[in-house]
Amino acid sequence: MKFVDEYRDREKAEQYARAIRTEATRPWSIMEVCGGQTHTIVKYAIDEILRDKITLLHGPGCPVCVTPLELIDKACEIATRPDVIFCSYGDMLRVPGSHTDLFTVKARGGDVRIVYSPMNALELAKANPTKQVVFFAVGFETTAPANAMAVFQAKQQGISNFSVLVSHVLVPPAIEAVLSAPDNRTQAFLAAGHVCTVMGYEEYRPLSEKYRVPIVVTGFEPLDILQGVLMCVRQLENGRAEVENQYARSVREFGNVPAQDLIGQVFRVIPRKWRGVGEIPQSGFGLAAEFAEYDAELRFGVADLTVEEDRECIAGEVLRGVKKPQECPAFGGRCTPDHPLGATMVSNEGACAAYYQYRRHEAKAAVGSER
Amino acid sequence: MCLAVPGKIESITGERELRSGVVNFGGVQKEINLAFVPEAKIADFVMVHVGFAISVVDEAEATTVLGYLQQMGELGELEELK
Ligand code: SF4
Repeated sequence: MKFVDEYRDREKAEQYARAIRTEATRPWSIMEVCGGQTHTIVKYAIDEILRDKITLLHGPGCPVCVTPLELIDKACEIATRPDVIFCSYGDMLRVPGSHTDLFTVKARGGDVRIVYSPMNALELAKANPTKQVVFFAVGFETTAPANAMAVFQAKQQGISNFSVLVSHVLVPPAIEAVLSAPDNRTQAFLAAGHVCTVMGYEEYRPLSEKYRVPIVVTGFEPLDILQGVLMCVRQLENGRAEVENQYARSVREFGNVPAQDLIGQVFRVIPRKWRGVGEIPQSGFGLAAEFAEYDAELRFGVADLTVEEDRECIAGEVLRGVKKPQECPAFGGRCTPDHPLGATMVSNEGACAAYYQYRRHEAKAAVGSER
Repeated sequence: MCLAVPGKIESITGERELRSGVVNFGGVQKEINLAFVPEAKIADFVMVHVGFAISVVDEAEATTVLGYLQQMGELGELEELK
């Protein structure tokens, strides 16, 4: 397809890789924030190609992975109710809660449906007036405009049997959490292209200045990532710390203003818990007071449910780039995509799942030889 | 989760939050909400995420990335290194 195939051009990718290796005079650690980028990097072995010069750290960039346990528990609880049609993106179904997952709830007779867009859930609500239709609104800033629109239209059209279970997380506070951690190893960031398509990149400037770290807004194709890395390397080599935009074909400095306007009407910024990381202040969206009637937590009385996380899983350290998936003792053994212990193994954008899919054998060999 | 896919707008109907249209993704057509790209016209490429267009693709910028190495005049230098 136009713009996709061209960005996977092998020869050009090799040219970029050579340029990176030539220009990097010492090793650098660069973190990609988005799980979509992690997937591309591992799939096309970009980290392997650059291995001698660049360490690519995989950041907290998969909303499925960071959705806290209790939200999954709340989702399961709501989905179990007989009058509810629970709608979600497919990758949320297998995320383990503290005792079950949505897939199991569905297998036991819960009406759990996979939808492509929150608008599909809204359509279902119109078509099933005797049922309560609940949409699991997870995601970064990228999915927020769509979810805001579904809630906005529900209110405008007076659809009262629709609600959303909101688990929105925001990228800049996550970057700040990574940078301010005492064990931080990240020297530059590839910022997530589609998050910035919505929000722009103004809000990264203070972060880049405060922590003296280059931040390059980057796309998702192999060439995008390689060019983003090259732009980071150039800044690092020259001692610069600026915000640059590699993904200018989609990202404008101030982002998508109509989308931000609707987000601003429907949501407000709140503190959020991140699975494996803990609570980060001002790091999520919740519904604004005017739209509280569409809040599934309030409607179904599950707002107070809280639970502890599994202690075996090191997903928190993986999410902050402190450890690689194969350093987890459970990796590929007790924890696999079929039986995930932690969320980074569930979604195929999670770092553990990406390593499991493309690197399992080498990872095992490497771990074996270290022992 | 955050991936968006480029497609070409084939038709546009409705206004404001109900503005929508048919977008063609390499042969597969889908009805997409176009409320967030009021500037988009028929034949424009848009990035689409969960049923919503979130930006119009700038074709000139799209070509820039592909030609970046040549533009920086590095291709020559790299050839010499071979
Ligand atoms: S391999 Fe499994 S248990 Fe280990 S960090 Fe990844 S998700 Fe958690």
